[in-house]
Amino acid sequence: MMRHLISAADLTRDDAVLILDTAEEMARVADRPIKKLPTLRGRTICNLFFEDSTRTRISFEAAEKRLSADVINFAAKGSSVSKGESLKDTAQTLEAMGVDAVVIRHSASGAPFRLATSGWIDAPVINAGDGTHQHPTQALLDAFTMRRRLVGRDAGLGRDLAGKRITLVGDVLHSRVARSNVDLLHTLGAEVTLVAPPTLVPVGVESWPCEVSYDLDSVLPKSDAVMMLRVQRERMNAAFFPTEREYSRRYGLDGDRMAKMPEHAIVMHPGPMVRGMEITAEVADSDRCTVVEQVANGVSVRMAVLYLLLGGSEPAVTPATTRIEEK
Amino acid sequence: MSKILIRGAKVLGGEPQDVLIDGETIAEVGTGLSAEGATVIEAEGQVLLPGLVDLHTHLREPGREDSETVLTGTRAAASGGYTAVFAMANTHPVADTAGVVEQVYRLGKEAGYCDVQPIGAVTVGLEGKKLAELGAMHDSAAGVTVFSDDGKCVDDAVIMRRALEYVKAFDGVVAQHAQEPRLTEGAQMNEGVVSAELGLGGWPAVAEESIIARDVLLAEHVGSRVHICHLSTAGSVEIVRWAKSRGIDVTAEVTPHHLLLTDELVRTYNPVYKVNPPLRTEQDVHALRAALADGTIDIVATDHAPHPHEDKDCEWAAAAMGMVGLETALSVVQQTMVETGLLDWAGVADRMSFAPARIGRATGHGRPVSAGEPANLVLVDPAYRGTVDPADFASRSRNTPYEGRELPGRVTHTFLRGRATVMDGKLA
Ligand SMILES: [Zn+2]
Repeated sequence: MMRHLISAADLTRDDAVLILDTAEEMARVADRPIKKLPTLRGRTICNLFFEDSTRTRISFEAAEKRLSADVINFAAKGSSVSKGESLKDTAQTLEAMGVDAVVIRHSASGAPFRLATSGWIDAPVINAGDGTHQHPTQALLDAFTMRRRLVGRDAGLGRDLAGKRITLVGDVLHSRVARSNVDLLHTLGAEVTLVAPPTLVPVGVESWPCEVSYDLDSVLPKSDAVMMLRVQRERMNAAFFPTEREYSRRYGLDGDRMAKMPEHAIVMHPGPMVRGMEITAEVADSDRCTVVEQVANGVSVRMAVLYLLLGGSEPAVTPATTRIEEK
Repeated sequence: MSKILIRGAKVLGGEPQDVLIDGETIAEVGTGLSAEGATVIEAEGQVLLPGLVDLHTHLREPGREDSETVLTGTRAAASGGYTAVFAMANTHPVADTAGVVEQVYRLGKEAGYCDVQPIGAVTVGLEGKKLAELGAMHDSAAGVTVFSDDGKCVDDAVIMRRALEYVKAFDGVVAQHAQEPRLTEGAQMNEGVVSAELGLGGWPAVAEESIIARDVLLAEHVGSRVHICHLSTAGSVEIVRWAKSRGIDVTAEVTPHHLLLTDELVRTYNPVYKVNPPLRTEQDVHALRAALADGTIDIVATDHAPHPHEDKDCEWAAAAMGMVGLETALSVVQQTMVETGLLDWAGVADRMSFAPARIGRATGHGRPVSAGEPANLVLVDPAYRGTVDPADFASRSRNTPYEGRELPGRVTHTFLRGRATVMDGKLA
C-alpha cells in the first residue's frame, strides 16, 4: 500500500481490491453488538476540514472511533484561500502535536497533495475531497456498493468490476466524485460513460478512460449502475444550462427513465440529493436506489483505508471473542 | 573616466574583435586595438551583445518592497545582462499619475544599475473605466512611452480604442495583457487535458486569442500601434502573423518561461509554476519558438514577477501568480533558441535589445556595437554550464521555476554607459 491516499488514480487494481475486501471485513464489525476494534488504539487522527462537510466528517469520525483511534476535529472554515499560510501553519501545528494521520478536506484542488509532499508534515494524508479534483474514499465506497450489489457480498471478495457498465450523470465539470470514480472504476475493469450537457463536461475529457454522451436515454438500457451527480442550482445562473426544468427533462432521472434500465441495474447518488431536479422522489425511494447503503458502506471503506495506511500487517479483524474491546 | 578594452569578444556572435570603451561611449571596434591606458578584459570565447532591454518587468516599488525594490530589481536586471527595464504600472499606488512614474524613474537613477523606464497605467487604478492622464505621464520627467494595465486586461473595447487613439499624439504604445475576464473567471492554469485531470479552473487559449484579435483590428481601425504582452498560445501567434501580413502595426512579446515550460509541470501542484498567462502545452511552446525565430513575435520580455516565499509556500489556489525571470532569461533563451539552432546571437541581440528598445522608444539602448554609441553592453560566456541556485539571486524574491535545473550561459560583465554594473559575474 501507498503512504498517502490523495487520488483514486494512485490505486492499483490490487490495492483497490484489497481495500474493498478489507472493507467487507470491517462491515462485519458493524453487525456486532459492540462495534469497535482496538486496532488503532493510542493513535491520533486529525480530521482537518477547511470546507464544511458534515456527512464526510461524521463518516470518517465513525470509522476512526470504531478503530479506537483518538480523534481531533479541526474546522478551519473559509480561512485558507484568502490567507495562504494557514494550511502550512496548521500542518506544522499538527506535526508538533504528533498526530499519526491527517484526513483533509479542502476547497482548493491539490491542497492534500501539497500537504503530503511539501515536507510540512510527516504523517499519512488522506484526501477527504479537494476542490474539483478528487474524493477517493467516495469512489471506493461507490465501488464497494456496486461490487456488493452487482457481484455479491461474499462472491465479490477478491473480485473487481470487470465488464460492468457504469453511467455517471450530471455536473462532471465541477465534480471530484466523477473524477475519482472514472479513475477507480477504470482501474477495476468497468466501462464508464459520462452523461452531461456539453457545458458541464470538462475540456480535456478526451484523455479520460471513459465514454462521453449527451443523451441519457440512449445510455440507460446498457447501464448496470447509474450514478447521479449533484447539480447546483447556481450553475444555472452561470449559464451552464438554461433552466432547471430543461435540465431535469434532459438529464433528470424519473420513473419512466428508470424503467429503461435493465432489471438488475441500480441507481446511486453521493448525496445529499436534490429531489426534483436531478432525481424524482419515486426513484430516490425505490429499492434500486442505494443512497442509504452508500452511507453505511462509507464507514466500512474508511475503516479499511485507515487500517491499511496506519494499522500495519496484522489481520484487520480477529475472532470476536478474543479481540473485542471491553467498554 | 577610465578606458576599458574588451579583447577578442565575438561581437553579436561574429568574428572575435576588440572593443574599446572610453568614458560613457564606445571609442573603437576593431582588431589588435592598443591596450594602452585601459583596463583589459580578456573575452576570448565570449559573446558581446548590446545591453539587454526588458519591456516587461515588475519592480514592485512603491508598495510591495517586501517582494522587490527598484534597487534590488535593477541589481537583478544588471546581473541578467540588462541595461534598461520598463517597470510595469501595477504598483501600490498604481503608476497612473506623473507623480508616481517620476518617483520610480528617480529611484532607478539613484540606484544606478540599469535605466528604469516607467510604464504608465492605461486606466485610473487599473480599473479599466477611465483613462489615466497618459499625456501628463508622457510629459513628466519620466517621459513615459509605454502604457499598460498589465496584470489586468483593458477589456472594454471603447476604452481600448480611445487609449490607442490618444497615445498617437506622442507616439506612445499600449501594451495589452490579453485576457478576456469572463472567460477566465476562477482560472488557475491552462484549460486542457491537465486541468481536467487536476480539477483546477481552466484558462482557455481563446480568452487570450479573442482579445488579441479584437485589439489588432482596433489598432488597424484607428491607425495606431499596439503591443501584445506575453503571448502564450499557438493561436495567438497565428493572429499576430495574420495582422502583420495585413500591415497592422502590432508587436508582440514572449517570456522565457513560455519558451521552455509546459502545463505538465502543474501536476506537481507546486505554485512556483503558477503564472499568468499560464504555462501551455508542448505544441504551444513549439509555435512560440518558431514565431520568435521568424520574427512574428518581436521580442523576449521577462514578466519578472517577484513574490515573497510565503506567497508561494502554500496550496496552489492561494498562491500568487508569477515567477522571477531577469537573472535567468538569457540562459533560457540560449537553451531554447540558440542551442536549438532557431536563432543566432545576432538574432538574440535583436529580440532582447534592438527590438524592445525600438518598441519602447528607449533612447540610448538597443544601439549597434560601434564607435560613438553609448557603451551599454553585456558580455556572455555561452560555454558556461551551471545549476540554478536562487540563493545567488540579486532579486529580493526567489520564486524561480528553475531551482536545481541546469541552464547554459552566464553574464560575466554588464556595462551601463561605460561603467561596469557586473564584473566577472559579480555585481559591481
Ligand atoms: Zn501580464
